[in-house]
Amino acid sequence: MVALSEPTAPVAGDRRGRARQTTWGLALLLLIAAWASLATGAAGVSLSEALGRLISGEGLSLQDRVVLGQIRLPRLVTGLLVGAALAVSGAVMQGLFRNPLADPGLVGVGAGAGLGAVAAIVLSGLLPAGLAAATGMYTVPIAAFVGGWAATLILYRVSTRAGRTSVATMLLAGIAMQALAGAATGLLVYAADDSQLRDLTFWQLGSLAGASWAKLAVAAPIIAIALLGTWGLARGLNGLALGEATAAHMGIPVQRVKNLSILCVAAATGAAVAVSGGIGFIGIVVPHLLRLATGPDHRNLLPNAALLGASLLVGADIFARLVLAPAELPIGIVTALIGAPVFLWILLRRRGLLDM
Amino acid sequence: MIDARQIEVSLGRRRVLNRVDFQARAGELTAIVGPNGSGKTTLIRALTSEIGFTGQLRINDRDPGQLKPWVLAQLRGVLAQSAQLAFPFTVFEVVRLGAEAGGHAGPEATALAQAALARVDLAGYEGRRYQALSGGEQQRVQLARVLCQVWDAVTPEGPRWLFLDEPVSALDIGHQLQVMRLARDYARQGGGVVAVMHDLNLTAMFADRIVLMEAGEIAATGPVTEVLRADILSRVYGCRLNVMGAGGDAGLLVVPAAEPV
Ligand SMILES: Nc1ncnc2c1ncn2[C@@H]1O[C@H](COP(=O)(O)OP(=O)(O)OP(=O)(O)O)[C@@H](O)[C@H]1O
Ligand SMILES: [Mg+2]
Repeated sequence: MVALSEPTAPVAGDRRGRARQTTWGLALLLLIAAWASLATGAAGVSLSEALGRLISGEGLSLQDRVVLGQIRLPRLVTGLLVGAALAVSGAVMQGLFRNPLADPGLVGVGAGAGLGAVAAIVLSGLLPAGLAAATGMYTVPIAAFVGGWAATLILYRVSTRAGRTSVATMLLAGIAMQALAGAATGLLVYAADDSQLRDLTFWQLGSLAGASWAKLAVAAPIIAIALLGTWGLARGLNGLALGEATAAHMGIPVQRVKNLSILCVAAATGAAVAVSGGIGFIGIVVPHLLRLATGPDHRNLLPNAALLGASLLVGADIFARLVLAPAELPIGIVTALIGAPVFLWILLRRRGLLDM
Repeated sequence: MIDARQIEVSLGRRRVLNRVDFQARAGELTAIVGPNGSGKTTLIRALTSEIGFTGQLRINDRDPGQLKPWVLAQLRGVLAQSAQLAFPFTVFEVVRLGAEAGGHAGPEATALAQAALARVDLAGYEGRRYQALSGGEQQRVQLARVLCQVWDAVTPEGPRWLFLDEPVSALDIGHQLQVMRLARDYARQGGGVVAVMHDLNLTAMFADRIVLMEAGEIAATGPVTEVLRADILSRVYGCRLNVMGAGGDAGLLVVPAAEPV
């Protein structure tokens, strides 16, 4: 029985309205980025002309169909999914660790996923032919998922004690795991044959150039399920911001939220790494900007991060394709060029974060 | 009614609570007092299912260990001794989280958050960043959040409970009184309040019953006049304390002496 006059005027400190407006703005941005991505490319295919032909019933030319349908569209979809996956994974991981510097790429989860994927590429040659064929294209994303999951678990165990996460420990453990995963990856590369090496080089640079419907067929459902899974985490992560004990007192099933967070982060990061290699900083920059703009409530932060992450990665991909055209810059370089300075800026503004 | 029997808690290799029997009635403010390290916080954490314990615990005749976290959240709110908050939430957002934890949504949750902020004298603070508040203001924001979660002291399912671990430790005397009145009023409405206190005079003014702890055990328990006695207090706290009549609102007054013996 709550007998209180319900407020009519907007309340100061209530940022939900602004967050919802931001969602619409970001959705628009996403459409623009998607259009621009489909419209740009090395082959002289014009998107508007192709669409015009499609609408007038004239039908698409073979070139249109190949360039747009088999090259640009899968690349766009991959960019959208990977961008959303990286940004949301970052936001979830930061919520889980209660720190805005936690990012799957930075603390070794990406490296763990990478190790899993490289191991799958190199060692699949050793599998019996029948088994290799049966597991086929699923091996790489699943191995990436397992690698990312193991890395997240280790990280959480090492850096969290009695419900409190030490950022210093987390970052140092991340460095150690990067080094370990890097060394193991190096060993595997040593053992790889020539065709495997080509696959591997693509990986380490981080690129959307290898995007195809076949790869998406495996990665897209994993990313989609992981992103949908995070939808149920928003309230739990809000509670965790107040500490594990208080979250539990507020009715949050803390252990379940933590387990599901780790699973989602590992699945989304693993699948993203499996299709695009190591693309850094999206997971740290996107949630940070959104928290500045509309606050840390995860119910708004997670969907907005998906939209902004997708737009940003597609935008970075357009830039990577245009700047040295007809050659192409690995997108990981672009995101690092933008993201690393932002990361330093966060550190400069809030040095206290490291003392937690 | 809270009925805890033979509660034992070990942390690390130390036995921190030793066969503690604890009762608290709805409609009353039960104060837990005792020296630092005597186990007050540990008892609260056991009563709120935060840590494991052996022994028997019933709240409103139900075993909280069997209840889902979200059901338990409707039964009792908990203010921890030290609060933390990651990320730059506003005051309004923090308190509204409490209202949502209590099962409220939409404009109702918003109205509740504002009402709770007014109860702790923080009306007008809605838009401030939590991290940019003073320690005492933060403590009151956390109290407002807890209050929202169990706003109605009595529901059709029975009385609700407030567990407050040193709710006034960071407050000035005016706000100490305000918060203690708030807690007492919650009890007067039929809810139960269990509060850990250090200020014995404030306790004498507001508590209905006192549980005095010493080294993980209950040293004394009962109505204010039975527990706040010079001989008991002096022994447990290890200093010379006199208890006089005609304290606040003509109750008891605990007056320390500077020199021991
Ligand atoms: N995690 C822990 N591991 C081991 N011992 C602990 C732990 N937490 C608390 N203790 C010990 O348990 C005892 C009781 O602690 P508790 O926090 O319940 O005291 P308290 O009565 O609330 O004290 P204060 O008035 O200082 O808040 C203390 O001796 C403390 O050192
Ligand atoms: Mg204590």
